[in-house]
Amino acid sequence: MWKWLHPYAKAEKSYALSGKLMPWFLVIAIPTFFVGIIWGLAFAPADYQQGDSFRIIYIHVPAAMMAMGAYSTMAVAAFIGLVWQIRLAEMTVAATAPIGAVYTFIALFTGAAWGKPMWGAWWVWDARLTSELILLFVYLGIIALYNAFSDKILAGRAASILTLVGVINLPIIHFSVVWWNTLHQGATITKFDQPSMATEMLIPLLIMIVSFASFLGLMILYRFRNEILQRESHRPWVIALVKQSLKTNKRG
Amino acid sequence: MAFTSLSDFIAMGGYSFYVWLSYGVSLLSIILLITNSVFKRKKIFHQVEQRLQREQRIKAAENREDIL
Amino acid sequence: MFDAFVQIVRKDLLGAFRQQSDILNPIWFFVIVVTLFPLGIGTDPALLARIAPGIIWVAALLAALLSFERLFKDDYIDGSLEQMMLAPHSLTWLVCAKVFTHWLLTGLPILFVSPLLAVFLSLEENTFWALFLTLLIGTPILSLLGAIGVALTIGLRKGGVLLSLIMLPLSIPILIFSTMAIDAASFGQPYLGLLALLGAMLVGAITLAPFAIAASLRVSVS
Repeated sequence: MWKWLHPYAKAEKSYALSGKLMPWFLVIAIPTFFVGIIWGLAFAPADYQQGDSFRIIYIHVPAAMMAMGAYSTMAVAAFIGLVWQIRLAEMTVAATAPIGAVYTFIALFTGAAWGKPMWGAWWVWDARLTSELILLFVYLGIIALYNAFSDKILAGRAASILTLVGVINLPIIHFSVVWWNTLHQGATITKFDQPSMATEMLIPLLIMIVSFASFLGLMILYRFRNEILQRESHRPWVIALVKQSLKTNKRG
Repeated sequence: MAFTSLSDFIAMGGYSFYVWLSYGVSLLSIILLITNSVFKRKKIFHQVEQRLQREQRIKAAENREDIL
Repeated sequence: MFDAFVQIVRKDLLGAFRQQSDILNPIWFFVIVVTLFPLGIGTDPALLARIAPGIIWVAALLAALLSFERLFKDDYIDGSLEQMMLAPHSLTWLVCAKVFTHWLLTGLPILFVSPLLAVFLSLEENTFWALFLTLLIGTPILSLLGAIGVALTIGLRKGGVLLSLIMLPLSIPILIFSTMAIDAASFGQPYLGLLALLGAMLVGAITLAPFAIAASLRVSVS
């Protein structure tokens, strides 16, 4: 496998490969997005308890799940980057962090907007919301650290180390917040934990999860390509690329 | 179809503000993420372009000096 | 190997005692922050005792943040950090010595002034002992976590704020478990289990953090 993978440790090759992969993610992300959102908003039946406000679930849950998914991607990439000294993996960490932060923000915001009609307050110190908030802080810390270094190779390595420190800490944080929450509030807020969903509600949710996941993949690839271009901007292949794009622009 | 009319759909069973707010803000943040990424790519291309032009000008200036 | 450990601890302690304000200022800050709360909230003893654990722990976190700058900064500026990296001993081990000294100079003094704060915030004896034990176990974890943050940000010009952004979210579990233990003690409930959890976190931090610190230093000093 290493022999097969090795050429992709070269920036130019993985730039080309990720360019080839991007359309596939796009082809999955866009139809699932429209189908899922229209199905979820218009066709799924209203919840008998929460009425139509439950339709927020179709962005809240996928965003929250994929916020964690983005972090797992970063953790795996950081591990690979640090252990096998592969710079491209560190670039993936840097490319993924902003997307994860945006997803976390979406999950937080929709959680608050859902909480207002359900709990009567924009913000409740619910265990999940709290640990999502802390996840957002961790993401912002990683992004801030990455941006603070002017040498992007060092920046990638520092961000990778912080990602790994975070991956050990995040489960502890989540566990501690859950425990803290049950002690302080009692189990009053469990409206998110419905035992099971009706199939008509579940299918659009699954479609939205697929959509968010492939959009995450798409954005990772896009930003990963940006990182490669940025760092290799003095290499001949990047210059050739720029010249070519200049030519096509002039013609058009 | 869970709704009988368009106005019914927009009203979202009385939760219109919260539902549309969530969807709107989410869409907005995703659009911001996309524009930021695209803008970054354009910026990198622009930087490389400028550098190439500068190099060309320097080369041209050197050639002129050689002739003189 | 142990020799090098002792040498570093001795050198740092000597340096710190020559510049005593470096040790005293964070402690001073800690006491002042805690004093501000009764002035801002009111002097009702029941209320103060209720919120005391949170106040003390948040103040301890902030005081720790202030003191981190000293952890590697001087060594970084005068080049002895690079010497440490070139030394025949493993950097991980030497880093342990640095963090240990840092705890001696900041964590331990906080333990010493904690009785005073217990009096200020009208804590009962049982609650005070819980506070003391959580500080005893929790402050070394803070030193270890903070050292990772310092090691990552040391080469940066504006590392100070960044350090707090990185470190504070990671220290939330310590805050939660410590205040829970103190709360439990104030209600007369057993809190040994929570202390054991903190202890487990300390053991985990001691085993893993030095590697992260050493790796971060290698990134920053290069």
